[in-house]
Amino acid sequence: MNENITLTGLGVAACVVLFLSGIAADAAFQSHMLVIFFVLALAFLVMLRRVDFAPAGTAVAKPAQGYLDGPIRYGAIATMGWAIVGLLAGVVAASQLAWPDLNIEPWFNFGRVRPLHTSAVVFAFGGNALIATSFYVVQRTCRARRWGGDLAWFVFWGYQLFIVMAASGYLLGITAGKEYAEPEWYVDLFLTVVWLCYLAVFLGTILNRKEPHIYVANWFYLAFIVTIAMLHVVNGLSMPVSFVGSKSYSAFAGVQDALTQWWYGHNAVGFFLTAGFLGMMYYFIPKQAGRPVYSYRLSIIHFWALIFLYIWAGPHHLHYTALPDWAQTLGMVFSIMLWMPSWGGMINGLMTLSGAWDKLRTDPILRMQVIAVAFYGMSTFEGPMMSLKAVNGLSHYTDWTIGQVHSGALGGVGMISFGAIYFLVPKLWNRERLYSLRLVNWHFWLATLGIVVYAAVMWVSGIMQGLMWREYSAEGFLVYSFVESTAAMYPYYVMRTFGGLLYLVGALIMAFNIYMTIKGRVREEDAMGAPAIATPAE
Amino acid sequence: MSETEREVDQISGVETTGHEWDGIKELDNPMPRWWLWTFYACCVWGLLYTIAYPAWPLISASTSGLTGWSARADLDADIARAEAANADRIAAIEAASVAEILADASLRTYANAAGAAHFKVNCVQCHGAGAAGGIGYPNLNDDAWIWGGSPEAIYTTLRHGIRWEQDWDTRLGEMPRFGVDGVLSRAEISDVAWYVVSLSKPADDAPAAARGAALYSENCAACHGALGEGIQDLGGPRLSDAIWLYGGSHEEIVAQIWEPRLGVMPGWLERLGDRGVKEVSVYVHGLGGGEPSAAE
Repeated sequence: MNENITLTGLGVAACVVLFLSGIAADAAFQSHMLVIFFVLALAFLVMLRRVDFAPAGTAVAKPAQGYLDGPIRYGAIATMGWAIVGLLAGVVAASQLAWPDLNIEPWFNFGRVRPLHTSAVVFAFGGNALIATSFYVVQRTCRARRWGGDLAWFVFWGYQLFIVMAASGYLLGITAGKEYAEPEWYVDLFLTVVWLCYLAVFLGTILNRKEPHIYVANWFYLAFIVTIAMLHVVNGLSMPVSFVGSKSYSAFAGVQDALTQWWYGHNAVGFFLTAGFLGMMYYFIPKQAGRPVYSYRLSIIHFWALIFLYIWAGPHHLHYTALPDWAQTLGMVFSIMLWMPSWGGMINGLMTLSGAWDKLRTDPILRMQVIAVAFYGMSTFEGPMMSLKAVNGLSHYTDWTIGQVHSGALGGVGMISFGAIYFLVPKLWNRERLYSLRLVNWHFWLATLGIVVYAAVMWVSGIMQGLMWREYSAEGFLVYSFVESTAAMYPYYVMRTFGGLLYLVGALIMAFNIYMTIKGRVREEDAMGAPAIATPAE
Repeated sequence: MSETEREVDQISGVETTGHEWDGIKELDNPMPRWWLWTFYACCVWGLLYTIAYPAWPLISASTSGLTGWSARADLDADIARAEAANADRIAAIEAASVAEILADASLRTYANAAGAAHFKVNCVQCHGAGAAGGIGYPNLNDDAWIWGGSPEAIYTTLRHGIRWEQDWDTRLGEMPRFGVDGVLSRAEISDVAWYVVSLSKPADDAPAAARGAALYSENCAACHGALGEGIQDLGGPRLSDAIWLYGGSHEEIVAQIWEPRLGVMPGWLERLGDRGVKEVSVYVHGLGGGEPSAAE
């Protein structure tokens, strides 16, 4: 039954897409539709080979009990795969800044690789991690099976298709020109459908819960899903030039468009990268540490404060622009008030370890989660500070901003996701333990060093850049040209690439570790924290 | 587990809330006081800030704040302050010639800074950030000047441009297309090129260079000088030094004689104004090779 629906859906979609390619209004749309056609056709063939031709009625109905973890297993693998794609794109983009000859025209120039990197890391890696963990957490903490049956499979595969559509579009040069919202109107529409299904599955499970209360992790996940739906729809409002064309124009104009974009952009950080991953943190840290959450009251207050304040902070991306002063003021003030609500999550995460700090010696996964919370705390202090107009006047448009984002993204989001995947994989595949904890330790140190190098380099280069741009001579003239500041960045661009490379190598080690774990292998090794010199046997 | 069963956590001695989800419990710790007070402080600061600065939107405008601050007014005041501080020098530069500016230390300092700023925006694209030029774009740091390196000459070049058709007074220097138009044969051009090479260093083909000497006097000396010393008034570059605009190898010289590339520089009056042109002249004159003023 379901196979028939899937096959029919894929077949019809592939035909429609091929037809659209035929009547396309522009070459980019034509190429994009062809790419999507081949993806759908491939999926159709794969599904066709899996059809069970047993006569109707004789097929044994699978027992419908226990939690539904299929899409979560796929999600864990997809998370890992997209992490490597996204990090690799990041290393390539960083190398292109240092060595411009690496800009391979037209498909792999910096302008197209950069959105590929940001979307692959935030939406593909982060998004898959969030979808997979939220499906896992919501079932366990509600003691309820996932609602909607195979709808979760549609969410999973639909989301992967969205990623492929977005990424292939970027490389073909199709972009809406809005940062972190680059996909064009038709990709946006498709994502809206997938996202509403995601909301339905998550909400349906919560409504079916057998626990009297909703666990804090689920508040955060739900806030993330609902708000992202709202942000995506409003910021995506646009009018296509042609309904068979790849170009659309935003429904907003001028500074209103800019404000809508940064209301979206800042809350993509706030609700995708903060609320969602705090949800992840609230489940996986207490689980890994084996300790109760530190403070229930803190979790309530910081949750409501966070989601109420975050949504207003976007205008701080438009300081000293055409945006009216009053809106800039409010954006800044809300950002400052947001500092403590953000830190509430850090405190609850760190203090949950009280009574279990000794585990940091022997458990590199927990160490990863703790460093994630620490980096989260650091970047959520840096963020409000940079929203102050006086600081922003120096930091805006420089590498400092990018450094701050990466200390939050590589440090906070990346590490908490890695920790969750390390926790999940043995459970999802019924393995006794991971293939190797020592490899997790290697991953931890490579990633941490990578972030420290990256963030430190970006502070130096960003502040240098900001100071060069604003350096006035005694006579009142700018001292440096823009290109001189670019030339001065070269050594930092190289070091930053190196930092990113360390982080990527850590992720590759993780992928190997996960692969071996899924295969059921266990590496023979000394336990973590064992003394270096073996004690002689009696 | 029912929610009324509150238990005490053995490690911390704190009560739990009695909730449990998938084995996760919650302690009933109060919010850390420092956290709460810092949060309150941030909120109070925010409120005060919105009273002091433009913040709350009303129907047709927003509150202007007790300080009356605005970003535009702030910027205008900044610019006005900088202009007022230099008003005297700006007026003096408007009235003076480039040579006069150079003679006055204070005016020269100001004009040099202004010229550098203009240069970095408008000139580096061709002449390079260090003004070292490149193939087809003269190096401005040396003392080889195609159209003259005196303050007056640099000013004229900048103001009217080179082969800049929009300006009737632009610098016009035409070199005939000796090869393309059949003025000289291929062999003759090769000989002349060897002669030109021999003006600055020993030529590999000395007999050819010797044959080229006569051709040079007939065809080239009028603009480039009898000894290849160049004639600035005509824009004929000096050929007897090691500085080459389009390359100094025999091949490159042949290519230039065969079909000369004639570079164009825009006149800058429209973009920079007369004062801007003077300021860039001062800057370029000071790069290293400036020649004395013709008036002296």
